[in-house]
Amino acid sequence: MSRRNILRLVLLTVAVAFVAAGAIIGGAYDVYAKAARICSECIGLG
Amino acid sequence: MGSRARQRIPATRRFVQLYTAVLYNAHIRGFVEGDIYTGKTKAVCVPGLNCYSCPGAIGACPLGSLQNAVSASANRPAFYVVGLLLLFGLTLGRVICGWLCPFGLIQELLYKIPGKKVKKGRWSRRLSWLKYGVLAVFALAIPAYFALRHVPLPGFCKYICPAGTLEGAVALVLHPANGDLRGLLGSLFLLKLSVLILVLSACAVIHRAFCRFLCPLGAIYSLFARLALLGVRVDPARCSDCGACVRVCPMDIRTVGDRECVHCGKCISVCGQKAISFRAGKLVLMGPELPERRLQK
Repeated sequence: MSRRNILRLVLLTVAVAFVAAGAIIGGAYDVYAKAARICSECIGLG
Repeated sequence: MGSRARQRIPATRRFVQLYTAVLYNAHIRGFVEGDIYTGKTKAVCVPGLNCYSCPGAIGACPLGSLQNAVSASANRPAFYVVGLLLLFGLTLGRVICGWLCPFGLIQELLYKIPGKKVKKGRWSRRLSWLKYGVLAVFALAIPAYFALRHVPLPGFCKYICPAGTLEGAVALVLHPANGDLRGLLGSLFLLKLSVLILVLSACAVIHRAFCRFLCPLGAIYSLFARLALLGVRVDPARCSDCGACVRVCPMDIRTVGDRECVHCGKCISVCGQKAISFRAGKLVLMGPELPERRLQK
């Protein structure tokens, strides 16, 4: 396996671990909480 | 694959872009009622730039989510959003910009408006570094600085994001049911509207002006240029260094597949040596079949 593929595999593992850990500690809820309400900054209300 | 397959790429890409834009904004009822979607899918980020305050949006914007995660990082590490961005970058990279970004599609359609066009050059190559500054200052530093004061401030969304103004603000504010929102608009909205008009005007004369010079999401995905699984690849054994691919490319690339390449595949059909193909790992998706060992790493 080439160095590039090893790096890909390591980063992919880190990414999956981050998503799983983030979801467990409430990161997914944070994303939902922001996305399910009208974002006042996005639409220029401040 | 033969030349017919290579000629299919622009049509296939346009279809994928349109399909993606509709898919990201599939909550049609939101446009009718003037409200946003609140289903569980909004806990997941879509890969491309698409404002989560667009009435049709069924997923979260990765850039907005990143800024909010940075804003909340004093309480909770931003693992979830960073992990998703890593996943998107490693698998798709800037293929997202070229194929899966609704705002990229809007920019390309604007560039089709007949009129004088500004060609790329040394100036645009230099300006392409600006998006890294926008990423560092507006999407990371400002949210991080205000996070220390426990004030959530997504700098890019608030002061720049033209996608938010177009997809979120304009779509919501123009709806008859949102008269109360119109009453709240002030100088910040005017600033954002000015940025939107400036960006859209620039896109009519400069190919993908926002994408090339300002988009922090493109800046993030460009970091994966050499690692992403999907994208255009060059066979160095067949390549004659004629430069036709770089000349035909409307982006500020130095070589095919570098940080500025959005993998549109335009170069595949102009390569006389049939040295370029669109691949997913070892699998050739479009372009001539290439022996694996000769592919440029």
